[in-house]
Amino acid sequence: MSTNPNNAAPVAKLKIAKYWAASCGGCDISLLEIGPNLLELIKIADVVFWPCAADFKYEDVRNYPDGYIDLCFYNGGIRNSEQEEVARLLRRKSKSLIAYGQCAVDGGIPALANLKTVKGIFNASYHDNPSIDNPAGVEPQPVTPSEYGDLEIPRFYPQVLRLKDVVPVDYEIPGCPPQSDRVWEAILALAGGQVPLQNRNVKVACYDKAVCDECKLEKRNVRIKEFKRVHTSIPEPGWCLLEQGYLCVGPATRSGCGALCPAAGMPCEGCYGPAGDVVDQGTAMVSAIASMLDARTEEQAQELIDQIADPTGTFYRFTLASSHLKARK
Amino acid sequence: MTTPHVHTKEGYRRISIDPITRLEGHGKIDIFLDAEGAVADCYFQVPELRGFEKFCEGRPVEDLPRITPRICGVCPEAHHMASAKACDAVYGVELPPTARMLRELQYNIFFVTDHTTHFYALGAPDFVMGPDSDPATRNIIGVIGKVGVEIGGQVIQCRAWGHEAAAIFGGKRVNPVNAIPGGMSKPISQAERERLEEIARWMVDFGKFTLKLFHDLVLANPAYLDLIVNGPYIHRTYSMGLVDENNKVNFYEGQVRVVDPDGVEFCRYAPHEYMDHIAERVEPWSYLKFPYLKGVGWKGLVDGKESGVYRATPQSRLNAADGMSTPVAQEAYEEYFETLTGDRSGRTPVHHTLAIHWARVVEMVNAAERALELIRNPEITHPENYRTLCLGTPREGVGIVEAPRGTLTHHYVTDDNGIVKKVNLIVGTTNNNAAICMSVKKAAQSLIRRGGEVKEGILNMIEMAFRAYDPCYGCATHSLPGQMPLIVRIRRPDGEVIREIRRDRPTA
Amino acid sequence: MSEPANTAPADPRPAAGPNWQPRIIGFLCYWCSYTGADMAGTARMKYPPNVDIIRVMCSGRIDPELVTTAFARGADGVLVCGCHIGDCHYITGNHKTMARMPLLKRILLDMGIEPERFRHEWVSAAEGEKFSKLVAELTEQVRRLGPLDWPGLMRARGVGHGMDLKAWGE
Repeated sequence: MSTNPNNAAPVAKLKIAKYWAASCGGCDISLLEIGPNLLELIKIADVVFWPCAADFKYEDVRNYPDGYIDLCFYNGGIRNSEQEEVARLLRRKSKSLIAYGQCAVDGGIPALANLKTVKGIFNASYHDNPSIDNPAGVEPQPVTPSEYGDLEIPRFYPQVLRLKDVVPVDYEIPGCPPQSDRVWEAILALAGGQVPLQNRNVKVACYDKAVCDECKLEKRNVRIKEFKRVHTSIPEPGWCLLEQGYLCVGPATRSGCGALCPAAGMPCEGCYGPAGDVVDQGTAMVSAIASMLDARTEEQAQELIDQIADPTGTFYRFTLASSHLKARK
Repeated sequence: MTTPHVHTKEGYRRISIDPITRLEGHGKIDIFLDAEGAVADCYFQVPELRGFEKFCEGRPVEDLPRITPRICGVCPEAHHMASAKACDAVYGVELPPTARMLRELQYNIFFVTDHTTHFYALGAPDFVMGPDSDPATRNIIGVIGKVGVEIGGQVIQCRAWGHEAAAIFGGKRVNPVNAIPGGMSKPISQAERERLEEIARWMVDFGKFTLKLFHDLVLANPAYLDLIVNGPYIHRTYSMGLVDENNKVNFYEGQVRVVDPDGVEFCRYAPHEYMDHIAERVEPWSYLKFPYLKGVGWKGLVDGKESGVYRATPQSRLNAADGMSTPVAQEAYEEYFETLTGDRSGRTPVHHTLAIHWARVVEMVNAAERALELIRNPEITHPENYRTLCLGTPREGVGIVEAPRGTLTHHYVTDDNGIVKKVNLIVGTTNNNAAICMSVKKAAQSLIRRGGEVKEGILNMIEMAFRAYDPCYGCATHSLPGQMPLIVRIRRPDGEVIREIRRDRPTA
Repeated sequence: MSEPANTAPADPRPAAGPNWQPRIIGFLCYWCSYTGADMAGTARMKYPPNVDIIRVMCSGRIDPELVTTAFARGADGVLVCGCHIGDCHYITGNHKTMARMPLLKRILLDMGIEPERFRHEWVSAAEGEKFSKLVAELTEQVRRLGPLDWPGLMRARGVGHGMDLKAWGE
């Protein structure tokens, strides 16, 4: 399905698709950020499904033959029934299904909801809220009868799932959002056949080591004497933020982003997920940070730990659905 | 995805548009036709919820300017700033002048980028190509074909430079991280200032160019002008927007002002007073809530002075204010009001939904001019005044900015340690939920006639009703296929498809 | 307010059967704790058999991930024991442990795991009695709390194939 104004023999272009589930749109924007390479992309590929940008419908995808789509980028976590349904549909219709962005790979920020109960979420959204006017206690329902027929909306799942929790995934591109330079490299590798279209959970568009490897701040190899918060103190420029006591999750985070946040004076928040072969980013960070404390007694250690305000939310901000426990009981 | 055999009552037919496309977020439309084929009712449903208001509880409040931008990756800066401002209020800090200027500067540059993306990729196709033109070319590719590749390149440059600016300020191109409680995490250097000034200057020119483009391609075309003014896209609602102390539009800071459908000021409030003025309703058929004006009351999905439904869009901002704060934008503002209401002063509000596209371009110019003003202030590179420490006891705070698509409110309550206890968010598009439902229904009712055929052109015109509100991003890619595939399936009450109208690409 | 109609119940599993026994995983350091446990055995001290002991060379080797993996795989309780501070065979190994375990406890709490299910204690080579009392107490507490059955919980909530254990050779 290529544009062919001169009626020449059709050139086989790659068919690409991009879908968004429980996401924010940042991943779609990040694909656009390949900038001038967009012109290169459209030479080698046609979009055949991309609801936010193009006008294909679910019905079109259902009508495609299986395996019709060459590269399918699925971003967003799986929060409801529709998102799982579309994941399964796209898996059938795609040669290569790529989990794009943290939400699809590890649950992302929406997976922070796994620390709360569904009841709590509905309560905060629809009942116990300063601007809510809902005396009848109405809540969104999967099916609502109306005068004319039933109205349907997807079922809200008990916890956020990752793409690979529901379908086999070929490649994973981490990041929130993934940095465009790395994304373009990955697309070229796939398009050029340097890596097979079929694989299993292989991370691409990123490096193997931790962010510390890319970070330009000076490491002085000193232990942490106290923990600080970004708004109550000013960091010394040029020096490792974690050593200064700011909760930088860099040691437990995969590189590939260029360590942009520390360069802007802010601690890494872990948006590329765990590095290397690590599966659980939060426990990796617990291990790392505990090894860096300036403490010789249990009391000293406890005093320092008490200064960490929110270990779960800080160390698992983007990866709760990939942790071993995944969600609260 | 509506299940194939969802129940429709005897005597009615259902048309489902699912998913609607070229819109940020997810949505679907169900249209019910009675036995004669007239529209009995129409529902615009939002099928998603993520729960930010809940899972931000327990997080340190200074983390929220980094967590909340993940509500929207198209306008992360809007949440970033609203959140930082809410944190400022939580700690009761006053920003030093440089910090405040940096925030507003970063925000205005972002505003230009976002409005550019929406206008060119989403709005322009319907006008440049025509609302019922060949769907194959009714997109950014067709626009470029008609107006030239050079313009396409300029659109890409605007977005690229806009994101470069974001990275200069805050490291990342998407989700910059530099707005913190009390100011910014880093100052800008002289070299950075020069680059940013270059970008801002270029953006002013590009804004002027876009205004001219709109004139030449839309306003100079009587058919389009007629569509804007006389088409079925009008609702007389209240209008909301932030204004500064001179009642001029300000995207970053000010008071929220609401005017009634006749343009008379109805209420005006500071951010921390929003709860006295806005309430939200819940419907079981949509995950998105329905804000309305408490002072008027909820009367259902109807417009008019007696209904609490209000709109918060670029058009609403122009309605709610008395003018623009910069000269070229002010000129454009006056022309906009004169054309649509006969009154240059802007005292009479504009209610023509499609004219939101025009208002958006006026704002684009204003944001660029304002950015240029700020970047030229010598204090902008001050090496120390880019932040102040938050050393007080945190409690509660509200931060409000104008997101490109509407007034954005962040409200946080914390404990003494600054750990979040409660969050309330009223996000841009949410303000417009009721209005969008109404606009879509009105378009459907006007365009789908009793006994008539539901033609393909009708589908696009129904979509235009919601598209005007949403800045999202039809995206500045050149790879759009051009066609809006829509499939209208008409079913008997038992679910059997009796007719299918397709407007889609061949599945070769 | 009852559970939203819009989703599955938070924990749809049936209650524990009458033959259920708590399954507790214990990580013991070789030089002190394991020796202490061994001593309890040699001295014929009685304690419940519910703790499966995994011997490691040093409690500093116990990555917090081992604890969460144990729970995720079905342990009802987890025990971590090491040398007293100052007695570590490797000098500073347990300095890591003394910071890791309290921090981990906070995370386990946030995940809804009752604090009684996870114990971290220093047990020296001579403290066989302490060890046997500890095990008895822990087993009883876990018995009262009932099964945790994390895999069952995740399955019931739709997690496809259970946990990612690639790092551990799965």
